[in-house]
Amino acid sequence: MSSSPDLNIDHIAKLARLALTPEEKAKFAQQLGDVLHHIEQLKKVDVSHVEPTAHAAPVFNVWADDVARPGLPVERALQNAPTQREHMVVVPKVVE
Amino acid sequence: MSSDLIFQPIAQLAVALDAKKISSVELTRAVIARTRAVDTRVRAFNSFDEADALAQAAASDARRAAGQARGPLDGIPIGLKDVIAVDGQPLTASSKMLANFVSPYDATVTTKLKNAGAVLWGRLNLDEFAMGSSTENSANGPTSNPWDLTRVPGGSSGGSAAALAAGEAIATLGSDTGGSIRQPAAFCGVVGLKPTYGLVSRYGLIAFASSLDQIGPFARTVEDAAIVLGAIAGHDERDSTSFKTDIPDYRAELAARRGPWKLGIPKEYFGEGLDPEIGAAVEQAIAFYKKQGCEIREVSLPHTRYCLDTYYVIATAEASSNLARYDGIRYGHRSKHATDIVDLYFQSRAEGFGAEVKRRIILGTYVLSSGYYDAYYLRAQKVRTLIRQDFLNAFREVDALLTPTSPMPAFKIGEKADPLALYLCDIYTIGVNLAGLPGISVPCGFTQSGLPIGAQIIGQPFQESSLLAIARAYEQAHEWNTRHPIL
Repeated sequence: MSSSPDLNIDHIAKLARLALTPEEKAKFAQQLGDVLHHIEQLKKVDVSHVEPTAHAAPVFNVWADDVARPGLPVERALQNAPTQREHMVVVPKVVE
Repeated sequence: MSSDLIFQPIAQLAVALDAKKISSVELTRAVIARTRAVDTRVRAFNSFDEADALAQAAASDARRAAGQARGPLDGIPIGLKDVIAVDGQPLTASSKMLANFVSPYDATVTTKLKNAGAVLWGRLNLDEFAMGSSTENSANGPTSNPWDLTRVPGGSSGGSAAALAAGEAIATLGSDTGGSIRQPAAFCGVVGLKPTYGLVSRYGLIAFASSLDQIGPFARTVEDAAIVLGAIAGHDERDSTSFKTDIPDYRAELAARRGPWKLGIPKEYFGEGLDPEIGAAVEQAIAFYKKQGCEIREVSLPHTRYCLDTYYVIATAEASSNLARYDGIRYGHRSKHATDIVDLYFQSRAEGFGAEVKRRIILGTYVLSSGYYDAYYLRAQKVRTLIRQDFLNAFREVDALLTPTSPMPAFKIGEKADPLALYLCDIYTIGVNLAGLPGISVPCGFTQSGLPIGAQIIGQPFQESSLLAIARAYEQAHEWNTRHPIL
């Protein structure tokens, strides 16, 4: 129906490192406004004495033995890199 | 002969393979021929590798000839959703972001299926990064429902469900974050099982929402689902959320567990919005169990109405975090139009992701952002506790819950253009993910227009044996799974 007044789409898109077109911004703001309006329902629930659930698995503090194990060979680890040179990923210049 | 083969369950094919009545190469050829014949219309596959599949099949036949067959899956063609890594094969998540990605290693479930001798067959279509309920959000275009090609197969594991229903695989694997195995299973008239969170390793599964994702099988029968589950379940030190528990022989347990069971009917799952034909079919299933001597008890899951909102906060928050890794640097799509390194992140992500993925990243980033975290994310995690508690309370009274899988049958491609309308498809399945429970969808009838209907059975944590036995009891007394779509 309407975009949420709280949803500053430019700010959020910047946080998400996502370039959006003006059309996408307008469309997403409206659609996510509807979704956020729906989500407002959660404010009706009394959660004052409830602990949060991060995941439903009965597993906590899993430790791995500190032992070296063979990993992927460099060639395989880099096989999907967009550009590479001498076993390194090449990126645009960061420092002038 | 070959059209008979492709619709036989694993349990039957394994006997024929062991008796040398058929070979794995023959079976694999039949599956390949069927895929060639129908997949231009169904479009369940992103890609497949015929030579690789036939080589695996030949290796299986050689093992069997040497008396070294590895069990019922040896030589059986099994398709994998294109979010599960297979060494040397494409892994795209149906996204432009990973269009050229080739897996450098196997997922744990892949290793386990290989160890069981399965013939890994093809990469199956999905909603991009498993975000959707219709398989329309795919960079490769939508998959069609084999029962009506103008309709969706459900999603996000739509390719896995459609390929099985169309006879293009003997079983498949999918992943389920909010219903992505069970809902497409219902839409396509096959069995789909989402295991308890932690039962099956997620190592090598492309992450969507890590606290909800779980890999599970699609199969023609409950017994087949038990066979595949037995092969893929088990603790894995490479997935720190996987659970250390003994894996029973699920197939043997099917014969050992005969009920009667106490079944709960959650009243919140039969309200407004439920298609009357689906309601009637599930009522028939309830009547069946009652006739078998099961105690049927109405139960309440009072926080059901909050499941959808809780899910869309938690799942998008986790997704925005998980998908931060796609930045155009180490792998995946890299923009050629960036001005500097930071712009490279912005442009690569803008070019690589589709609309639904962008929407969810924005929503997830928003609910985690400074000033909104407590109001949305933390609150949703607390409501999640209440939702899980609802289920655990119900399980003090009953062994399992019986519900519809989806409020509606398969809808038309393009029918649900509004994201919120599409999100509402998942209302009966997402509670199970939030609570970490196992759930199965079994075929329980057809609408008058010939579309499959699924019933969902929800079990207690790590009680897959009971869940499968309850589902099997219904399946054995019905013949819904003997019908196949005409293509």
